[in-house]
Amino acid sequence: MKAHLTRRYMFSASHRLHSDEMSEEENRATYGKCNNPYGHGHNYTIEVTVSGPVDDQTGMVCNLADLDAFVHNQVLERYDHQNLNLLSEFVKQVPTTENLCIAIYEIMKRGFHNAHLEKVRIEETMMNSFEYRGESAR
Amino acid sequence: MVYLTRKAEFSAAHYYHNPEFTSEENQRVFGKCNNPNGHGHNYTLEVTVKGEVDPKSGFVVDLKQLKDVMSREVLDAFDHRFLNKEVPEFLTKIPTTENLAIAIWQRLAPKLKAAQLHRVRVYETPDLFVDFYGEA
Repeated sequence: MKAHLTRRYMFSASHRLHSDEMSEEENRATYGKCNNPYGHGHNYTIEVTVSGPVDDQTGMVCNLADLDAFVHNQVLERYDHQNLNLLSEFVKQVPTTENLCIAIYEIMKRGFHNAHLEKVRIEETMMNSFEYRGESAR
Repeated sequence: MVYLTRKAEFSAAHYYHNPEFTSEENQRVFGKCNNPNGHGHNYTLEVTVKGEVDPKSGFVVDLKQLKDVMSREVLDAFDHRFLNKEVPEFLTKIPTTENLAIAIWQRLAPKLKAAQLHRVRVYETPDLFVDFYGEA
């Protein structure tokens, strides 16, 4: 039988929302406080949801230890206590939580094959959250 | 169609062990959860039902009835129990969060009259939960 398993993780990072394609005024108008040149930070919570048949032998969709190890090594190690703007994926892309959500989804999709990736959800603060289910999801 | 979710909490002990595995395999696959003396969690259960709003009552389901079914079928059986030893489903199945969600669905689905069961969500901790939608 198919079940969905969701695990939550936290990391903290800084960023600045600024697009080189806009003028200073446009950036300020678009991003407001988030355009502060010195940056600011968040405690991000990410939720990774995977699905699959529950294995008869283990009672699991996938081994949590494998999921935890992958997320720690490939996601948290990459983003925790970093300035997002300095990472390669955000050299040309603004590190909005939308783009961060897609970046983390792509890391999971590329490297984690123990269960089907359903979605990545990020809470930037307690008040806002973002979800990405891949390009094919409508 | 309106979806209604009711929460409940229960606390229980369990451990993970497959008698078909060697001790080494059990230890490798289940890690700390393999401790035969068990450990416990405060589980949170979320049961979501769906249905049309009854024009007379304005309800999708009578919440009291839903609460009573959840108490009788799940909480009375699971709360403050050692799942591996006291809950029939887990004499043969490993009481993982996945299997708990499936067992709870199977207990509730036949007992719910007016509304249709949509989702069973079981939180083992605030950072780990499983959703079961009754999919084969």
